[in-house]
Amino acid sequence: MFGWEFPPHITGGLGTACFGLTKGLLKHGVEVQFVVPKAYGDESQEAVRLINASDVTVMMNDPVFREYWSQITYMEIGSNLIPYVGPEVFEQMVSENINTKVQESSRVFSERFQFSGKYGHDLMEEVARYALVGASIAANSEFDVIHAHDWLTYSAGVAAKKISGKPLVVHMHATEFDRSGENYNENVYEIERKGMAEADRVITVSNLTRNIVIERYHIDPDKVITVHNAVEPPEKTELLDAEKKVKEKIVTFLGRITFQKGPEYFIEAACKVLERDKNVRFVMAGTGDLMEKMIRRVAKLKISSNFHFTGFLKGENVDRMFAMSDVYVMPSVSEPFGISPLEAMRSNVPVVISKQSGVAEVLNHVMKVDFWDVDAMADAIYGLLHYDSLNTMFVTNGTEEVNNLKWESAARKVADIYESVV
Amino acid sequence: MRSICLYFQVHQPFRLRTYRFFDIGADHYYYNDYQNKRIARRIASDCYLPANEVLLGLINEFGTAFKVSFSISGTAIEQFKKYTPEVLESFKRLAQTGNVEFLAETYAHSLVGLNDPAEFKRQVHEHAATIKELFGVAPTAFRNTELVYSNSIAGMVLDMGYKTMLTEGSKQVLGWKSPNFLYCSAPHQRLKLLLRNYQLSDDLAFRFSQKDWNEWPLTAEKFVSWLNKVEPKQELVNIFMDYETFGEHQKADSGIFGFLRAFPEQLIKTRKWAFRTVSEVSTDLQPVASIDCPHAISWADEERDLTAWLGNDLQQEAFSSLYKVSGIMADCKDADLHRDWNYLQASDHFYYMCTKWFSDGEVHHYFNPYGSPYDAFLNYMNVLSDFLIRVREYAENFPAAIETTNVRKALKATEKPVSKEKNTTKKEIKAGETVIKKPAKKLAVKAKTK
Repeated sequence: MFGWEFPPHITGGLGTACFGLTKGLLKHGVEVQFVVPKAYGDESQEAVRLINASDVTVMMNDPVFREYWSQITYMEIGSNLIPYVGPEVFEQMVSENINTKVQESSRVFSERFQFSGKYGHDLMEEVARYALVGASIAANSEFDVIHAHDWLTYSAGVAAKKISGKPLVVHMHATEFDRSGENYNENVYEIERKGMAEADRVITVSNLTRNIVIERYHIDPDKVITVHNAVEPPEKTELLDAEKKVKEKIVTFLGRITFQKGPEYFIEAACKVLERDKNVRFVMAGTGDLMEKMIRRVAKLKISSNFHFTGFLKGENVDRMFAMSDVYVMPSVSEPFGISPLEAMRSNVPVVISKQSGVAEVLNHVMKVDFWDVDAMADAIYGLLHYDSLNTMFVTNGTEEVNNLKWESAARKVADIYESVV
Repeated sequence: MRSICLYFQVHQPFRLRTYRFFDIGADHYYYNDYQNKRIARRIASDCYLPANEVLLGLINEFGTAFKVSFSISGTAIEQFKKYTPEVLESFKRLAQTGNVEFLAETYAHSLVGLNDPAEFKRQVHEHAATIKELFGVAPTAFRNTELVYSNSIAGMVLDMGYKTMLTEGSKQVLGWKSPNFLYCSAPHQRLKLLLRNYQLSDDLAFRFSQKDWNEWPLTAEKFVSWLNKVEPKQELVNIFMDYETFGEHQKADSGIFGFLRAFPEQLIKTRKWAFRTVSEVSTDLQPVASIDCPHAISWADEERDLTAWLGNDLQQEAFSSLYKVSGIMADCKDADLHRDWNYLQASDHFYYMCTKWFSDGEVHHYFNPYGSPYDAFLNYMNVLSDFLIRVREYAENFPAAIETTNVRKALKATEKPVSKEKNTTKKEIKAGETVIKKPAKKLAVKAKTK
C-alpha cells in the first residue's frame, strides 16, 4: 500500500484514513505493507509493516527506471499542488527551493533519495522519485495487490504494477477538482487520470467523488466502487465534559479557511442567527488563505463581539473545541467525504452539513442543507439551539449512527475488491 | 347474503410553506398555496373525479345493489372549495343517489382524540355540521383519523351519539378472532365496531401494481374468488383504504380503474354478497363479541400503533407544544387563529417527522414533502412558535383581538376577494409589529432556561 503520510505525522485526513483502513484490513486477515516517503520512526506499527521509502535502494542502471524517470520529470509544479499548506509557508518553500534546485536533479539518480514527506515545492520530483521506489519495492517483495492512496502515490502504484504484473487498486480520497475547483493543475489531473485508467479498480470515498471520477476523468463506471470512510472509535471520553467558559451557546466551524470549505456561508448564517438571538457565540477554528477576508467580513457585519477566530487547532484542542460546542457546522462547497462531522457527533454535538459533502450520503441524523442556502443553514442552527427534542434526537441517534460507521466494515468492502481482482 | 363494506378515506392537509425562524413574529401566513393547489388539482384529475365517475356509473347500473361509504376530512373539503369545486359537486352527485354514506371524523384529520376530549368533540361537531351542510345528511357513524381507536375514544364517540365506529382489524387486539364479523366495544357495548380486513384491503391499496408480487396481476375474478374463499360463517368483509389508492397510489395505467368497475359487477353477479354502507352493516348484523383495547391502535405500518405520528422525541415535542394552548383556543373567536389551529393539528405534519423510514417504511418517504424528518420538524416548530405567540397575545389582549377580527370582517365584506387578502396581511403585520416583539423575546428567554 502506497501512502503519503501515516499517524502521528499527518497534515490532513489522508493519514488517518489510511491508518483506520489498514487496521480494519488486518481484522479481515489482510496483511499490509505500507510505504511512506519518509518514516519518522515513531509511527504506529500495530497494524502494518511500515516501509520508509528513503531507505529503499533504487537500481539506476535498470532501463525501466530510466524510462519511467524520463516520462515524469517534465512535470512542473503549480501553485495548486499544495493542498494543506498556507500561502506564506508556500512562498517560503519556493524561495528555499530556488537555492537548492540545481543540486536536486543530480540527487535523483543517486541510489538513495531523502524524501521530505511534506507537500512542498519539490513535490513533483518527490512524486516521481517515489514512483521509482515503488517499482523497486515491487521487484523485491511478495504481495498480491497494490493499493495506492491519492495522486501523489499513483505513479508509484502504476510503476509497481508494470514491474510486478499484480493488480492495482487506486483510492481517490480527493480529486484535483475538489482541491482547486476549476483552476485545476493539468499535470496533477493527468497523473490522476492515468493512475485510474491503469488501475484495475478505483475506490472512491463517496458517490459524489465517484461521479466526478466518471464524468470528469472518463473512467469506466464498472470499475469505480464507492467505499465510504469510517471513523475510529474514541480513545478517551473524559474530555467530553470539558468545561465551558461562557454561558452562551457555541456554534463551531472547524477546518481550513479556504474556498472549498465554504467559511463565508457560515458567517452569513451566523449573522442571520445573531439578528434574532444574541445569546450565541460563533467560532471559526482553523486557518487558511481566506482567513483575513473572513475577519474583515465579520467586522463589516458588526458581529465580531459574538464571532471568534481561534487559529489552527490541533489534537487535544480539537476535542476540547468539540466538547464546548452546541452545534457543529460544515458548510463545504465541495467535500469528497468530510470526517469532521463524524468526530463532532462522536462528541455528542449535533451537526449541520452541506449536501455537497460525501459524508451526507451516510448520515441520517444530521441537518443537511445546500452550502449556498444561508437561510436554511441559519434555520437549522436556530432550530438546534431552540428546539430541545432535535438535540436529543441527534445526540442519541447520531452517536449510534457514527458508532456503526466502522473501519472494519469499510475494510471488508476493500478486501472484497481485492478478492475480485486477484 | 354476506355483507361487503367499502369505505374510502379522502384527505388532503394544508402543507406548510418554508417558514424560517426569522419569519417568526413577522409573517403569519404558513401555507404553501402553490403546492397545495397543484397537488389538489392533480389528485382531483387523477383520482377523485375519475373514481367518482366510476362509482356513479356503478350506482346507475346496479341501483341499491352497490353502495359505498366515505369520510372526507374538513381540510380536504376546504381545499375542494378553494381549488377544485368540481370535486365537491361530484361528491354531491354521489350523495344524491342515496347509496353513499358519509362518516363523521375530526375536522382537522387530527390525533386530538388521544389527549384532549373537549377539542376532540369540538372538531367532530364542526365536521359533522360541515357534512350535513354539504350533503344534507348528518353522519351517524364515526371513523377516527388513521382509524386510531382505543377504549377511551370509544367512550367519547358514543357520548356524542354515534352508534358505529371503524377501526383496524389489528392482530394485536383481535388475537385469534377474525375481523370478518361485527363487534362492539368492551367497555361501551352500545358502540358497534367494523374492523378492517387488512389482508384484502392492502392487496388493493399496496400490492395491486407490484409486479414482483406473486399474485400480480390482480384481476376482478381473482379478487372475487378470494372473497368467496372467506370462511362461509364469516358474514362481513370490510375493505377500507385511502381513496387516493385509485389513480394516485396505484396509477391509472396499472388498471386500477378497470378493476374498480369490474369487481363490484362480478361480485354482484355471484348473488352471495351484498354491498352495504357502514351504518347498514351496523343495523343489519349483530355483534358477535366485544373488543377490549386499552392502548390506542391505528391502521398504519406493521405495528398498527401510533409510532408513525408520535414515535419519536420530535413528534412528541411538537404535539405537546401545540396542545398547550388548547384551553385558550377553546374560546378563541379569531377566524385566522381558528383556521391555523385546525390546519396545524393535521396528523400529516407529525407523520412527516417520522424517523422510522430510515430503516424501513418506503411509504413514509414517498408522501413526505420534506427532504428529511428533521427539516419537517424544524419548519413546523418555526410555524408553531409564531402561532403560539399569536395565541398568547390574543389571550393577553382579548378585547383588542376581538376588535381586529371585526375590522377584518368589515374588510372582507367590503373588498374584492383578490385585493382583500393582500391588504389584510399587510395590515396584520403593521398592526402586529410593535406588539409582537415582546412575546418573541419572552419565548426566547423561556427556551434558554429550559
